[in-house]
Amino acid sequence: MTGAFFISAHPFLVTAFGAGTAIALAAGLVGYLLVLRGQVFAGDALSHVAFTGALAALAFGVDLRLGLYAGCVAFALLLAVLGGRTSADDTVIGSVFAWVLGLGALFLSLFTTSSSGVGGPGGTSGVNILFGSILGLSPRQALIDVVVSLVVATAIVAIARPLVFASLDPTVARSRGVPVRALSTGFFVLLGVTAGVATQAVGALLLLGLLAAPAGAAHRLTARPFLAIWLAAGIAVVSMWSGLTVAYLVPAVPSSFGIIGVATAVFMGTFVWTGLRRRRGRVATTAGVRIVPNGVPGAV
Amino acid sequence: MHVLHGADLAGPTFNLIDDVRRMLALHFMVNAFRAGTVAAVLGAVIGWFMVLRRQSFVGHTLAVVSFPGAAAAIWLGVSATAGYFAGSIAAALVIALVPRTPFGRADGQESAVIGTVQAFALATGTLFVSLYGGFLDSVTGLLFGSFLGVSDSQVVTLVVVAVLVLAVMVVLARPLLFATVDGDVAAARGVPQRALSVAFLLVLGCTAAEVSQITGALLVFALLVMPAATAQQLTARPVFGLCLSVVMGLVVVWSALGVAFYSTWPVGFFVSTFGFVVYLTATAIRVASGRLARMARTGGTPRTSPVVAA
Repeated sequence: MTGAFFISAHPFLVTAFGAGTAIALAAGLVGYLLVLRGQVFAGDALSHVAFTGALAALAFGVDLRLGLYAGCVAFALLLAVLGGRTSADDTVIGSVFAWVLGLGALFLSLFTTSSSGVGGPGGTSGVNILFGSILGLSPRQALIDVVVSLVVATAIVAIARPLVFASLDPTVARSRGVPVRALSTGFFVLLGVTAGVATQAVGALLLLGLLAAPAGAAHRLTARPFLAIWLAAGIAVVSMWSGLTVAYLVPAVPSSFGIIGVATAVFMGTFVWTGLRRRRGRVATTAGVRIVPNGVPGAV
Repeated sequence: MHVLHGADLAGPTFNLIDDVRRMLALHFMVNAFRAGTVAAVLGAVIGWFMVLRRQSFVGHTLAVVSFPGAAAAIWLGVSATAGYFAGSIAAALVIALVPRTPFGRADGQESAVIGTVQAFALATGTLFVSLYGGFLDSVTGLLFGSFLGVSDSQVVTLVVVAVLVLAVMVVLARPLLFATVDGDVAAARGVPQRALSVAFLLVLGCTAAEVSQITGALLVFALLVMPAATAQQLTARPVFGLCLSVVMGLVVVWSALGVAFYSTWPVGFFVSTFGFVVYLTATAIRVASGRLARMARTGGTPRTSPVVAA
């Protein structure tokens, strides 16, 4: 209850909580499907591409968001093409994104030397892109983030049912007339947009945590996809709220650390929870189910 | 930041021998080449096994978690080298706790854990940076590499660790290769899969920590994955492939250091770009030779690398 008071006392907290809630909702929904499809490494790759895209935009003097979204969506489409031929070869993904990250280092260096030298605004925005600065969002930026996140969330909810089917059993789904290929491409594009919007909240390097940790926790708690997907979104939103609160109360804690820290703690908690349940001999069919690469659920 | 001072002295004369001599007259460049050579050899050998085992995601995670280790070390006033190793080894142990699939490939649940370890470790890094209070230039140095300041004692540490890791690898190599290529048969023959996999994670962690001192935490992955992926595009034979991987790594690092010295652009950019060009060339060669072989004898099986075959 006291929470509402301190939030409304500071306009920047209202902005951060508003944008953060929407971004966490989108990241939780997308993250659940990402883990279900075994494509977390693609999320990892995108988080580094986001950095390069944003810095390229800064180095060339364009709006940061333009580079962010363009870079993420372009790379997501590339992944969709690569993943179409073979089943997403992690060596290929790794080689490509290692090079993209090298480009990012170049743009950082170009931007830092072009703006007032070492330690100037160039270095600061570089570090902000890497680690996020949700508390510094302007109300207008936050509004755009909310709209983008809600569009992503709506799109995910709209395609969730066929997408879960296509992820769990592509062969049967295809024979039943589900457009597996188109869904996969669409999902990659939504992932790219999510990476772009989440970069502004927790930073390029940490958005993987917002995608993977709530989703991993939801996967451990239940095997029912349409319960788990909302559980993941809920855990992401709660992590966002508590992380922001911790960061506000303890000034030494960066907001991104607070958010990812809470999400990680929840994920660790689910390991303890399922461990305890198993020890008490109440292994329900829902607990301790994992998804193997070809999508068949099997007991741990 | 990591802009070299060679360009300030004088531009390259494009007389290769003269340019190299001028570069090696500077002690910090000699140390950079020593450290770069050690990092390239180690990265190429361990990376070859990493690519074969399809553990790129784990390798990348172990590489970036050296950043919070180093940040913590700087905050506590300990040597950053110790921090790099502590960070990577701790993360290797955490990931080793998660049950593995036999082939070592990350499934959805396991990769969620790896991803969370990575993001949390990086978040911890920002916490240490914040606690230390603003060393922004060091942050970019830790992330993107600053080989200018490699000291003599650091080179010695790098060599000692590299020798130890390679010695362990000599013992591990045969059973690890067996367990990786045919897990079921290896298990039936009594090869301790789990112990091997944990040992390899630790070796990978040490390697990542070692390489990150020259390339920075974010670009280690270029030296781990690219020479190895190149070698595996070209040959499926283990010993030849390992040698090829090492040669690729050395060529990439040496040329990147040389070019970066006479340029104002960061060395990490050159390492990853040269590595990527070599990888693309190898892929083109493999595709072209596969086509040729198919054209030469229709009905013959096209050559494929173990990665593609798997």
